[in-house]
Amino acid sequence: MTTERFENKRVRWWSSLVWPVSGLALLLLFDLCFTDGFFKLEVRDGHLYGVLIDILNHGSKVMLLALGMALVIATGGVDLSVGAVMAIAGAVAARLINAANPSFTVAIFGALAVSILAGSWNGLLVGAFQIQPIVATLILMVAGRGIAMLITDGQIITFTDPRLTYLGNGHLLGMPFPVWLSAAMLLFTAVLTRRTALGLFIESVGDNQAASSYAGVNAATVKFFVYVFSGFCAGLAGLVAASNIKCADSNHAGLFLELDAILAVVVGGTLLTGGRFYLVGAIVGALFIQALTTTMYMRNVSADVAPVPKALAILIVCLLQSPAARKRLSGLVKRRNT
Amino acid sequence: MRFPVANRYVPLLATAFVLAALYGAGCISFNNFSSLRVAVNLVGDNGFLGVAAIGATFVIISGGIDLSVGSVVAFTSILIASLVEDHGVKPLAAIAVALMIGALFGGAMGGLIQWFDLPPFLVTLAGMFLARGVGFMIYPQSHGIQNDFFIQTVTDRLAVRLNDRVSFPFTGTCFVAVLVLGTFVAHYTRFGRYVYALGGDEQSARLMGLPVARTKVFIYALSGFCSALAGVVYTFYTQSGDPASCVGLELDAIAAVVIGGTLLSGGVGFLAGTVMGVLILGLIQTLITFKGDLNSWWTRIVAGMLVFLFILLQNLVSSASKRLGAKS
Repeated sequence: MTTERFENKRVRWWSSLVWPVSGLALLLLFDLCFTDGFFKLEVRDGHLYGVLIDILNHGSKVMLLALGMALVIATGGVDLSVGAVMAIAGAVAARLINAANPSFTVAIFGALAVSILAGSWNGLLVGAFQIQPIVATLILMVAGRGIAMLITDGQIITFTDPRLTYLGNGHLLGMPFPVWLSAAMLLFTAVLTRRTALGLFIESVGDNQAASSYAGVNAATVKFFVYVFSGFCAGLAGLVAASNIKCADSNHAGLFLELDAILAVVVGGTLLTGGRFYLVGAIVGALFIQALTTTMYMRNVSADVAPVPKALAILIVCLLQSPAARKRLSGLVKRRNT
Repeated sequence: MRFPVANRYVPLLATAFVLAALYGAGCISFNNFSSLRVAVNLVGDNGFLGVAAIGATFVIISGGIDLSVGSVVAFTSILIASLVEDHGVKPLAAIAVALMIGALFGGAMGGLIQWFDLPPFLVTLAGMFLARGVGFMIYPQSHGIQNDFFIQTVTDRLAVRLNDRVSFPFTGTCFVAVLVLGTFVAHYTRFGRYVYALGGDEQSARLMGLPVARTKVFIYALSGFCSALAGVVYTFYTQSGDPASCVGLELDAIAAVVIGGTLLSGGVGFLAGTVMGVLILGLIQTLITFKGDLNSWWTRIVAGMLVFLFILLQNLVSSASKRLGAKS
């Protein structure tokens, strides 16, 4: 880490946002011109409704996951298990709320505690046993849905507790509750990492583990923490997902959301090689993905075909961010000119 | 020079031991588990997973990863079904087209990875979405095949009769054939050596003057080809195409590769191990079916635990060999 980087930190903070924000802006511009009713907002019963609100609302799960994932990716790792952890959290909450004497607090804290436990398992494997992150989190990704099934006895457990359904469907000050939850988590994560030395530790471990451990940073502890945090975020997202549909569906809750979360982080400017993370970028990335999905629904693209434009968007964003691709492109331009 | 060979083979031996133990446990616990039919079905039912896992082994030995496997299998199956049923293409021609598209698709991903320096994880992730979506564009739901070639030739005439009641299905034959070919390519060709060298250390491979770029593109093309072939085998197996099938097959394939003793960091691994990994996953499924009262989600839990155990074992082995290396 050079001193130059510290001097430029303020500038870089927003410059990293140029690509994701312009991508999102382009997409919204397209919708402004071609998709009818995309920007219509209305107030019904004191609640805001509209496509833009839907994007914020439905994007909240990926936003929550992306916050945890950004920290994990910053250490040079990846957490593939978040989708499965979401399923586990939903299963635990549904099970507890349907217990003999149901308690909302127990259900929420139980679900979050189990998610944190799942995160610590990943953190232990990566931090203490030094297993590659892809492999370590693959274990829970493979086994996690089975565990969730075990908790729900293979059933889809429905619940009607109004406080639990409020999490995913309620409104607060006109906005859907998940939006507030994501905003609060963004603020919390930003303060936690940028107002303490933690963010610096995370980035230094991802940048150069050997150097950071000579500087006295305990890499194992830092890694353990980021996976625990990612588990916690996945637990929150799992609660929102279960609450949205008022049931715990272990087979489908959070299916493939780990991929969306990774994409959101990468679209947001964080490199998979680690060493940096951009929380706001990750949030913008999540919104970009959700806006893309919503645009396709509104343009009557079938949900099954929707992955195609998504895949193309990923490739374009990756190519734009890849230094090798930029060099190649500029090389082409130069050759043409001479 | 202290047991380098033994260390290399330790995970492979452990896999063989687990396979034998599972099979033995099944034979002791259940009547008829040791029958020929169970063994034949084990190979036949897991044929498409086996073919896909063999392709994935090459990618993982080279230090990469391919997440598009399941989608390409589904894409191939629906492509063949649609070509044969709706467009009147001859079955063999349809299969050839599908295999070519698979190889080209893999090669294109390899090209992006190599020339634009993109992480394999992301490129193949995009490939996974792309293949899945295009599959749905071809035909939006499951599509049965009525063609004689699939109904009769493949299931009856190409099956090898072992005795008057049991015959070895063609899907199993494909699996074995790909294993033999793959082993030959991995251990007896220049390309095979390049793959191991690339996985061991890409920098060194480049400095040694090996054609790194060409090899890498070819590895992903090979994986795409194997996935497409797995799709063909899957089409034989189900006699239909389904764009929604095989979701998460890449995870099973990767799990089989890891259980088979291949290091996910690359450079070390054997196709034989992968095949044993596939058979172990299949055996767990069979055991659960025989047991009857266990639910199928135990498959995933047991598979996860096995992956964990094998990773732990590999860590022990590699740290042991490092310690030995430091002493000598």
